[in-house]
Amino acid sequence: MNEAVVGYIPILLFFGLAAALGVTMLVLGIIVRPSSPNPVKKIPYECGNVPTGDARGQVRSRYYLFAMLLVLFDVEVIFLFPWAVNLRSLGLFGFIEMAIFLGILLLGYVYLWRNGGLEWD
Amino acid sequence: MTPADLLFVLLKILVVLLLIPVTVGFCTLAERKILGRIQLRFGPNRAGPFGLLQWMADAVKLITKEYLIPGEADKALFVIAPLLTMVPAVTVFALIPFGKGMEITDVNVGILMLVAISSLGTYGIIFGGWASNSKYSLLGGLRSAAQMISYELSMGLALVGVVMMAGTMSLVEIVESQKGLWFIVAQPLGFIVFFISGVAETNRLPFDMPEAEGDLGAGYHTEYSAMGFGLFQLGEYSAILTMAALMTTLFCGGWGGPAAAALGGAVSLGYFVLKTSFFVFVFIWMRGTLPRVRYDQLMALGWKVLLPLSLLNILWVAGYVALRG
Repeated sequence: MNEAVVGYIPILLFFGLAAALGVTMLVLGIIVRPSSPNPVKKIPYECGNVPTGDARGQVRSRYYLFAMLLVLFDVEVIFLFPWAVNLRSLGLFGFIEMAIFLGILLLGYVYLWRNGGLEWD
Repeated sequence: MTPADLLFVLLKILVVLLLIPVTVGFCTLAERKILGRIQLRFGPNRAGPFGLLQWMADAVKLITKEYLIPGEADKALFVIAPLLTMVPAVTVFALIPFGKGMEITDVNVGILMLVAISSLGTYGIIFGGWASNSKYSLLGGLRSAAQMISYELSMGLALVGVVMMAGTMSLVEIVESQKGLWFIVAQPLGFIVFFISGVAETNRLPFDMPEAEGDLGAGYHTEYSAMGFGLFQLGEYSAILTMAALMTTLFCGGWGGPAAAALGGAVSLGYFVLKTSFFVFVFIWMRGTLPRVRYDQLMALGWKVLLPLSLLNILWVAGYVALRG
């Protein structure tokens, strides 16, 4: 088998066994735990008030905006990693080149800030 | 990989996997004890000597309680969500070097793998919040997801500093490259950014907006009872342990310490456990001491303070590495 793949097999095994452990913990209780649901118990908890309307209504669009921002900047982070590993051999040249790349992104960041894109309210 | 190797790996996985719930149990006990002392009371002291068996009592209770699914809930998603949080949070331990030669596996993109796996936990939280059909849960889930992705950014950028200095992404090699100088000394700014992001990532005080008790009940797990709640807690505390272990591994020399490399084995494991326990203690200490921040302050801190600071850290470390070699 390819040498590079071997290191990932234990991660996969661990993932599977962890899932098995979780399922076991959920299922284990079925034998001993009581189950007597009734309509009142099944009402969502709202500190004693009777809930009105459906919970899955509208939510702020800001959440969506911040998710978009993450996608933008996270791609930048991904570009940084291969450069970071090789920085020692790239030397000053690599440093200046990445400084230019970061500088351009920083411009976008400043624009975003100035336009209120980072405000929560 | 021969069958003998596979069996050995399987054995290591089982040992770690079965130790995690116990460690988490002791973590919750430590948290309640320390919080109790901070608030001038004893904390749990009835189950066993000094309350040392409290975690067992908690486990038995979680197993024997009724598993209630709310009427309007999305049933399949509601049951799966706790697993989606707990499984990735636990799987991360496959990559952490616990001592000299004591890691389950070592891959050459260790850090990326680690970030990739641990960020899967967000899905469990947002699915759990959505499936419950409760307003508290939905808001808690959304807040938590937005908070986690915001702080993941500055955390990723802080990690770049570590990778630059070590020249590798493998966690084992990162520990070894810190033999001369711990990275916390070389780049304190990076550590501060990583620490704050780590606390926010795990939804701990003072950044526990998703479940701020006075605000949203219990946030995304308001509707969860019994083992569903238990799995969410297990995931949350595993994430705390992971963060503490990462602070140790990436910034504080991992298992390194006086005579650790020569003696290896139990000594190096001892150093690792000691350092990790210290960071877990700091997590608990902060919960007992600091007031909660407001949500807009939280987002502003992540995007307007930590992000520029982490970029500054990269520039600093890059200049250092590029000029000094």
